[in-house]
Amino acid sequence: MSPAPSDTATSGRVVLVTGGSRGIGAACAAWFLANGDRVAVTFRGEAAPVAPPGAAQRFLAVRCDVTEPAQVEAAYGEIEARWGPVEVLVSNAGITKDTLVLRMGEDAWHEVIETNLTGGFRVAKRAVAKMLRLHRGRIVFVSSVGAFVGLPGQANYAASKAGLVGMARALAREVASRQITVNVVAPGVVDTDMTGALGKTRVGELEAMVPLGRVGLPADVAAVVGFLASDGAAYVTGTVVPVDGGLGMGL
Amino acid sequence: MDNEAAFDKFKECAVEVLQVPSEKVTMDARFAEDLDADSLDLVELVMALEEAFDVTVEESELEDIETVGQAFELVTSKL
Repeated sequence: MSPAPSDTATSGRVVLVTGGSRGIGAACAAWFLANGDRVAVTFRGEAAPVAPPGAAQRFLAVRCDVTEPAQVEAAYGEIEARWGPVEVLVSNAGITKDTLVLRMGEDAWHEVIETNLTGGFRVAKRAVAKMLRLHRGRIVFVSSVGAFVGLPGQANYAASKAGLVGMARALAREVASRQITVNVVAPGVVDTDMTGALGKTRVGELEAMVPLGRVGLPADVAAVVGFLASDGAAYVTGTVVPVDGGLGMGL
Repeated sequence: MDNEAAFDKFKECAVEVLQVPSEKVTMDARFAEDLDADSLDLVELVMALEEAFDVTVEESELEDIETVGQAFELVTSKL
């Protein structure tokens, strides 16, 4: 086993994970910390996530709602003041407001698009401004298999997650000359609070459709996000990597 | 700020963002041909200039900008 990474405020890349207090975001934060990077996470209402043991100097929790431009700016300001520019962005913050289209108010539509899609645009735009100067950078958007299968009740969510794919590809082309890569992961049914909200029955039905025969773990997704941000993925950009146990294969 | 001081400041931004020697940043220099700047470089330069000169440049104003002199004039016209 490799030794634990040293815990200093100057070693490792500067990573930002939005929505990093739980679920896939928290698993991504843990992955990058274990990799020796410095990790900032944004969180909203909940209590601030705390640094895992031995990583106090390399962990920063910033209260930030990605739907608020001023809060996004303030979060980047705080991270840059402490560690310098963000080199790896994991745009993960997202919500669901499931209901059938016929019952979906415009507020439920806008709220999900604003958080999942516009929030992603907002944090990526701010990250890219500094990455251009660095002539390096990695951006990974967390989309969803729901972007491709379009589960009933998730018109707003599916639209927002599919939107991320188009945005990521356009951005990937825009910044490719600076060796900045932009990719997307599309998790399937993953054991998180968001999935839990679907209810046991529905999750059971979905699980039965997964070729690999189990619900995914947040760490399964984090490992792929970590790879896309690694040197090994230097020649990968504008792509969508499903992490879904085969659920959406071929879509 | 007189014109010369303003151009020095402009030049500083261009040198830093475009990573070209300062003697190449002349009024007649063309961004694409002489300074090897692509569209992303220009956006970056505009952002640096906006910050340095505390001005706002609209997207539409950039359309016909080809030379350093034109860009300099655009920025200084807003001071």
